[in-house]
Amino acid sequence: MTSAGTGRDQVLASIRQSLGRTGPDARTLVPLAGTGPRPSFDGDPVERFVAKMLEKSATLVRIASLADVGPAVARFVASVGAGRSLCVSNALAAIAWPAELEIEHRAAVRADETSVTPCFAAVAESGGIVTLSGPDTPSTLNFVPDNHIVVVHASQVVRHFEDIWTQWRASGRPMPRTVNIISGPSRTADIEQTIQLGAHGPRRLHLLLVAG
Amino acid sequence: MHAPTSTFPQRVSIAIHDKRLQAALDHASGGFVTKRAAQVAALPEFEALRERARSVKEHVLAHLDTYLLRYEEQVTRQGGHVHWASTAEEAREIVLGICRKVNAKTVTKGKSMVSEEIGLNDALEAAGCEVIETDLGEYIIQLAHEPPSHIIVPAVHKTRAQVGDLFDEHHRPLGYTKHLTEVSEMVNEARQVLRGHYFRADVGITGGNFLIAETGSSIIVTNEGNGDLTQTLARVHIVTSGIERVVPTLDDAVTFLRLLARSATGQETETYTTVSTGPRRAGDLDGPQEYHVVLVDNGRSKMLGGPFREMLRCIRCGACLNHCPVYTSIGGHAYGWVYPGPMGSVLTPLINGIDKAYDLPNACTLNGRCQTVCPVKIPLPGLLRELRRQQFEGGLTPAPIRFGLKAWAFLARRPRLYHFKMRIGIALLSRFARGRAALTWLPLAGGWTDTRDLPAPQGRTFQQAWSARKGARP
Repeated sequence: MTSAGTGRDQVLASIRQSLGRTGPDARTLVPLAGTGPRPSFDGDPVERFVAKMLEKSATLVRIASLADVGPAVARFVASVGAGRSLCVSNALAAIAWPAELEIEHRAAVRADETSVTPCFAAVAESGGIVTLSGPDTPSTLNFVPDNHIVVVHASQVVRHFEDIWTQWRASGRPMPRTVNIISGPSRTADIEQTIQLGAHGPRRLHLLLVAG
Repeated sequence: MHAPTSTFPQRVSIAIHDKRLQAALDHASGGFVTKRAAQVAALPEFEALRERARSVKEHVLAHLDTYLLRYEEQVTRQGGHVHWASTAEEAREIVLGICRKVNAKTVTKGKSMVSEEIGLNDALEAAGCEVIETDLGEYIIQLAHEPPSHIIVPAVHKTRAQVGDLFDEHHRPLGYTKHLTEVSEMVNEARQVLRGHYFRADVGITGGNFLIAETGSSIIVTNEGNGDLTQTLARVHIVTSGIERVVPTLDDAVTFLRLLARSATGQETETYTTVSTGPRRAGDLDGPQEYHVVLVDNGRSKMLGGPFREMLRCIRCGACLNHCPVYTSIGGHAYGWVYPGPMGSVLTPLINGIDKAYDLPNACTLNGRCQTVCPVKIPLPGLLRELRRQQFEGGLTPAPIRFGLKAWAFLARRPRLYHFKMRIGIALLSRFARGRAALTWLPLAGGWTDTRDLPAPQGRTFQQAWSARKGARP
């Protein structure tokens, strides 16, 4: 696109003029030394994660192993009066789902009431679960249904947000289309600063915390 | 830009006498201030974070071209497209060009102040697109055909009764006939109406709170999840962002994220922080097929070289609005353009022309609260003073004020004459007061005393009192 080309040259030339240069910086860019401060906190990161998520209106149950996911999901769905059909991340296909639930592995559509997804990490600092988009983990599952159920392993809890990036770099995975950090159900305070849950995204965020 | 048809003083007068607006402003600002203070008190590292954020921004600004090129390279590597717009018009043309190319009929939008700045909605509608704002506050003001009155809570000036009336008018044709009085019902109805739009949108436009040079990612934060539905369900995702929003790494972004929610709404973190990198990958079941970023200059690169460079650190949190005695008295619309409050009083003259917004830098008490709460330590009062100086030098300051300033400067450079005149003046005022504590009227200064009282001097000047005090001490 030629117009984009001209705009690019103009913007870059104007930036350089303001920086007192006529061309690209001849020096090698030296990154800024040091790192940003991280909030310090005492105690068990998993317990902090739990407390922070509850503070932000998520609900949570602790289960012993992945074998308990199916029954826990069935109980939750019944408790909120949602339908028995679930849109489930393909990454959780190996779970033994109770026969009463209808499980489909796909992206979410408007009619979906409940989704179940894994997460990549969870953050203790101020509470949040982290998901990476991919063929098995479509990001619509995080936003379209009314109820979003997330399976979190206690071992996935990291202390700070920076630790998410460290884990991602160590995983050797390419950058996914989307990294979602989710800290509770959808909310708005746009009318008279009255907090209301379930603005556009899920009305409920339910966490299944798997020991270990 | 839309040229306002009224003057700033006219708009201020209307705002101050608008009882509903005053109630809404009182209600909102107190809450934000208290919640922010609680978050800051709970985070001992807050001050260190501000300092780090300031340094990161200064570092990026000193190498802005290099970081933008790195960012562009990474976006391209991930299959996205970067477009550069030196003016608002170019930015609109780029977005319209993308929309035409994909034959877009319906455009959904997450909240983006840059899109307000470049007047994108009007341009899209003029080109025949249906544009739907999806942030609840933006949706409400779109229905009301109004600009945002706050950069974070755009419908802060609307009461629930007004929202109920707007929904009556606009949702009735869609089959929603019940008159709503409860916030929960309104949020739910907007949710139902907007759901339909997300799924049929051709193009989804969002802003970008941060652009990451390391990975070519854009980050948005929302509480509602509207930005995510907008960008995930549309066929094409367009990010509109200012060129100053680039930061080096994902780690750097975290520093800003820790400051943003706390400063903006007094939350520890927003509900959704979303890092987007390129379009749908091979094998992905959802996500946009195209990912575009429009980098908007619109005067920013010029700011980089002069005394207003520090304004480019702004992360658009709105804390300066919430803490400003002028903003909290008059609301956002009185400022006449999309950016209100202290940050707007600096940006509006710089983007639209220093001669186009004379009143804004002058509508400031220089109390300094904005600078105290700014998460990136922008010296806003200093920048406003610099704008006043440039207005004076450019001959934009009205003649009576120029005369007054010159007269004062003449006296201030002559201390003996100054003290002599002051003694006479103070003595005259004191006699005129005849024992009253305050003067409600002054000859030749009716314009000033119409709206305020002048405390009566007690007889001696400060200098006289000071000399006497020094004399009394050994």
